[in-house]
Amino acid sequence: MLVNNQETMTIKARRELQLERLKWSVRHAYQQVPHYQKSFDAVGFHPRHLAGLEDIKHIPFLTKQDMRDAYPYGLFAVGLDRVVRIHSSSGTTGNATIVGYTDHDIRVFSEVVARALACYGVTRSDVVQVAYGYGLFTGGLGLHYGVERLGAMAVPMSGGNTERQLMLIRDLGTTAIACTPSYALNIADAIADRYGDYDLSNTSLRLGILGAEPWSEQMRLEIERRLGIDAYDIYGLSEVIGPGVAAECRAKSGLHIFEDHFYVEVVDPETGEVLPEGEPGEIVYTSLTKEACPVIRYRSRDITRLYRDTCECGRTLLKMEKVFGRSDDMLIVRGVNVFPSQIEAVLMEIEGTEPHYQIVLDRRDAMDEIEIRVEVNNALFCDELKGLETLKKRIVQRMKSALSLSARITLVEPLSLARSQGKAKRVVDLRRI
Amino acid sequence: MHVTQLSVFLENKPGHLARILEILSEQGINIVTLMIADTSDFGVIRMLTSDSDKAAQVLRDYQFTCSLTDVLALEVDDSPGALYKVLNTVLDAGLNIEYMYTFNEKRRDKVVMIFRFDQIEPAGRVLEATGYSVVHRSDIFGD
Repeated sequence: MLVNNQETMTIKARRELQLERLKWSVRHAYQQVPHYQKSFDAVGFHPRHLAGLEDIKHIPFLTKQDMRDAYPYGLFAVGLDRVVRIHSSSGTTGNATIVGYTDHDIRVFSEVVARALACYGVTRSDVVQVAYGYGLFTGGLGLHYGVERLGAMAVPMSGGNTERQLMLIRDLGTTAIACTPSYALNIADAIADRYGDYDLSNTSLRLGILGAEPWSEQMRLEIERRLGIDAYDIYGLSEVIGPGVAAECRAKSGLHIFEDHFYVEVVDPETGEVLPEGEPGEIVYTSLTKEACPVIRYRSRDITRLYRDTCECGRTLLKMEKVFGRSDDMLIVRGVNVFPSQIEAVLMEIEGTEPHYQIVLDRRDAMDEIEIRVEVNNALFCDELKGLETLKKRIVQRMKSALSLSARITLVEPLSLARSQGKAKRVVDLRRI
Repeated sequence: MHVTQLSVFLENKPGHLARILEILSEQGINIVTLMIADTSDFGVIRMLTSDSDKAAQVLRDYQFTCSLTDVLALEVDDSPGALYKVLNTVLDAGLNIEYMYTFNEKRRDKVVMIFRFDQIEPAGRVLEATGYSVVHRSDIFGD
């Protein structure tokens, strides 16, 4: 375990550290980035007004749109000659977001990922196959540098090519795989469907480092069962640094936030009001140590809950629950707010397996309609029609009682719904707003 | 006492049933009887085949969802009222029939019917005790 002082210090000592770093970071952003200077001046905020941590609430928010508008280098706080790397977040609508790292930032990035790995019990003797995409995406290189920083062995496979992934797991003695939860299930499916001779229990694979998309507790149990591993959550976002903002520990009970580097708040997504610890809301990030691209009060659009407990791992870091979903993943159907991840959780509860599903939204006569198409796999299949009808009814009832959602359910054959290797595309929205 | 029936889940789309039949024929599996139960969105095909385990394996390899169910094959007189008598026997014993269908093998003046009971063992015993002939797998496939 790489538990160093930073992870186990008392709350009081940490708050002092945070305040000192926050003052530096806010001043650095104000002095070096015209956007921050303008937005702070507009509300009459000056860095010297930061006397205590709670004064942060006077600082205006930074939004995703601000980041897009700053494309490419508008939010950079250092000369480009000091920037040693950039990454980009996938931009499906509008401009992508470019984030930069100085030498120092890369060391911080590597360290927080290394800490995450240590949280899961990864050590220098582990062989970590990095199956996140290498490239502009922060996942691949982020994990890679963290593995090297820890001193374990990095196998830079990047994503895809499942046959090769399996071969290396077997031949190189891979002990841990870092990939998305969707891809982990993809690997399990591939072994079941195409590589029946491949015996995972004969390999050294014992651990999964999964993230880059929301995933439910049931999905974790299915991945653990089918791959015979412990599956842990790694969390982050490229706007803040990449993976390594927070990580679960062996207790698998909430993610520890590395709050000596990232100051977090939870706010009401409608009003922006800061909510007390324990309340669910939108998580807002402020970097404490980043040089090239400081982020001050960034609205992440991720919804979760912050809390403190006494963790058996000994870390005194603030915890967050697994992210429920992005506030912009959120669907509003006839006035009801729902996340695809919640729908997934309901489906998984019903038979204990994760059926492949797709949500299709449409509008008829000014009324929203939601159809959930569920693949009937061998576990769900019933020889009698009434069994299948009962299954449909049960799903309809559970959607109603758990999520207040009136959904139409269509049972479909396996493989009839589109698959993808990266983040699963679950929602088809045919409504024209 | 029971015979193994293969059930396959099928969407109501052109060509899907044909595909299943094609796969089974490629594997040299003979379908002895078949029936399709349908709803508006999907259907369930039920069949008796010469090798139900192999058929299930092959169809799963092709990503079809299927299951194997134990059913009872019973000889019934080919005359008015014969089926009614069977049902009465079953009702009196408090047993429930989920579904049934005929089997195209006429034996003298009897037909063979396939029954899915919710409790196959007691149903088989009651019917045999009443004097009915349960048809065994070996009678159908000769193995």
